[in-house]
Amino acid sequence: MAIILYDGTFAGFMTTIFECYAQKLEPTNICKEDSFQESLFSEHIQIVTDLEKSQRVWNGLQQKLHPRNRELPVLTFLSEEDGIEMRLYRFIKRVFNSRQRIDTDYADPDVLTLKKIERVVMRESMRILQFVRFQQTIDDIYFAPIEPQFDVLPYTLKHFKNRFADQKWLIYDVKRDYGFFYDLDQVTEMTLNEKNFSIHDGKLADNITQEDEATYQSLWKSYFKHINIEERKNLKLQRQHMPHRYWKFLTEKN
Amino acid sequence: MNETILNKLKILADAAKYDVSCASSGNKRPNTGGLGNALAPGICHSFTDDGRCISLLKILMTNYCIYDCAYCVNRRSNDRPRATMTVQEVVDLTIGFYRRNYIEGLFLSSGIIKNADYTMERLMLVARKLRTEERYNGYIHLKAIPGASPELIKQAGLFADRLSVNIEIPTEQQLQLLAPEKDFPSVLQPMNQIRTGIQLYKEERKKYQHTQRFTPAGQSTQLIVGASPESDQQILSLASGLYDQQKLKRVYYSGYLPVNDYDKRLPALKIPPLVRENRLYQSDWLMRFYHFQADEILSPEQPFLDLEIDPKLAYAIRNLHLFPVDINRADYEMILRVPGIGVQSAKMIVDARRFRRLTSLHLKKIGVVMKRAQYFITCNELAAHSRDWDPFVLRSHIIHESQSKYRKAGDTQLSLFHFSKPAKITSQPSMLFKH
Ligand code: SF4
Repeated sequence: MAIILYDGTFAGFMTTIFECYAQKLEPTNICKEDSFQESLFSEHIQIVTDLEKSQRVWNGLQQKLHPRNRELPVLTFLSEEDGIEMRLYRFIKRVFNSRQRIDTDYADPDVLTLKKIERVVMRESMRILQFVRFQQTIDDIYFAPIEPQFDVLPYTLKHFKNRFADQKWLIYDVKRDYGFFYDLDQVTEMTLNEKNFSIHDGKLADNITQEDEATYQSLWKSYFKHINIEERKNLKLQRQHMPHRYWKFLTEKN
Repeated sequence: MNETILNKLKILADAAKYDVSCASSGNKRPNTGGLGNALAPGICHSFTDDGRCISLLKILMTNYCIYDCAYCVNRRSNDRPRATMTVQEVVDLTIGFYRRNYIEGLFLSSGIIKNADYTMERLMLVARKLRTEERYNGYIHLKAIPGASPELIKQAGLFADRLSVNIEIPTEQQLQLLAPEKDFPSVLQPMNQIRTGIQLYKEERKKYQHTQRFTPAGQSTQLIVGASPESDQQILSLASGLYDQQKLKRVYYSGYLPVNDYDKRLPALKIPPLVRENRLYQSDWLMRFYHFQADEILSPEQPFLDLEIDPKLAYAIRNLHLFPVDINRADYEMILRVPGIGVQSAKMIVDARRFRRLTSLHLKKIGVVMKRAQYFITCNELAAHSRDWDPFVLRSHIIHESQSKYRKAGDTQLSLFHFSKPAKITSQPSMLFKH
């Protein structure tokens, strides 16, 4: 019986699962170390993230999950939902302990809840691919601020790296104050000490914006306006596909 | 310079917007050391005030045209601003937009200037320049111009992901009336050529590793609905033939907008037939994802779609003898035919019932719209509702129920069924670790 602390990363969480099996731990709770409030009586165990152990758990899971559910553990983890660790822990334990595949038992409340969380997180990560808008800086870096509901930015990096392989880019999660920078070779995590952009509309400061940038923005805005068919106006449908909370950083909506 | 390009873009986007196709789907093109790639499901980057998706930069190369098709804003007898872009201008716009993640790619079409070959060549040149000089691997959709030489169309197919030839008017006789300078053979000729080209490419690809791609995302077409008197049944059976025989990837339906209301050959419409257009898309969806045949949706006795209820519900009501479906036993295909059950729910039902018998409560939680489905299913405790219903009574009963719902929820009738097909973003877990 113990509270387990880990570093808040997915690798850390996978290591936690590993240690639970290896050391026969029965956690009462699994908490991110920086959000854990020390109290006098709580006993806790600190987990040290280990990539190899976490990879082993991940590989093990891949073999026990239905192809449609292979990404479920990571996507639901990214939801940052309260208590997601324990919910996932119970689910993963059931997955490993039963001989049969149980992850499609959607009539089970734990499984169904996770499946629903997965769907929402998946949609959010899709929306990053849709709604990121880059602005070009004078050092030829394409910069985009975002504010996703869940911590899904890491999940989208592969896409951006493949697609924008020949341009430097920086995508910044304003809400969680960290981002990823691609230097034409590697993607690295970073935090900006100084913010050279408006947190209201994401616009880069003029003195670091590339010359052509404003032109492209007005071309895009104008395109957005003229490709619309006035006789078919349907603002409700527009909002359904592109909820209002993304508009803040959308060039065409500012 | 900036002013002129801005102005041209306005004119040429305005001129292109009536072509409804905007999909960037159907092909996975990897990035081979340059800019961009294409994902199989495609991505919508924005949504205009009409609720339509912006996936591609959709413009005409020019809106000058030597033809005079009755239904088209760009016909030569219309007095409107005209513009032409150069090959380089289109290339720069595409790249500039693409690098900013505004778009998935380019959809380039054109009015006919000089002749078909001249027009086709310019479209092809844009695609070639993007692929070879800019090393661009994003999506390209080009219009194949009827009457252009096979050699040019072949060239275009080597660089484009998708080609389309628009049929526009569903019957030859009506096309003759509205666009006397055009005919069916000139539309079908490039369509046939593209189909054979794609078949050849697919066969070669099986044999050799390095085969030159040819239109890997297939071809599509557009039909205008409501500009001419064809029935929905005529339209759907044409579409079904295009899917089955011509192997088209998509058929688009465009509700006719009265752009040239002075032309007496066209019907005087106040508002575009949007509900009808939506019903056609739903039927099309049934054919492509729900394994329905065109003649199951409509018949000569019933040539028009029911505007008040969707075609899947209409099918179920016409075929009450096939229902109720036993959720715990019926095969996937039949579950898919139940109104209120979408592809996603149907899959979940089949997966989940292996563990226990499903009840209506489970179904509800899984996401089945029980308000609809209840008349057409039996599960553990739910008694069959359908046996006692007379089709006409059931139809008006359901309409009545949903209308009181719509009154509360506003106009949701126009939204398509919402089965999103989320992009599969496969990632290595190692990419996800923050350190
Ligand atoms: S050929 Fe095309 S652009 Fe020209 S008038 Fe006909 S439909 Fe319009």
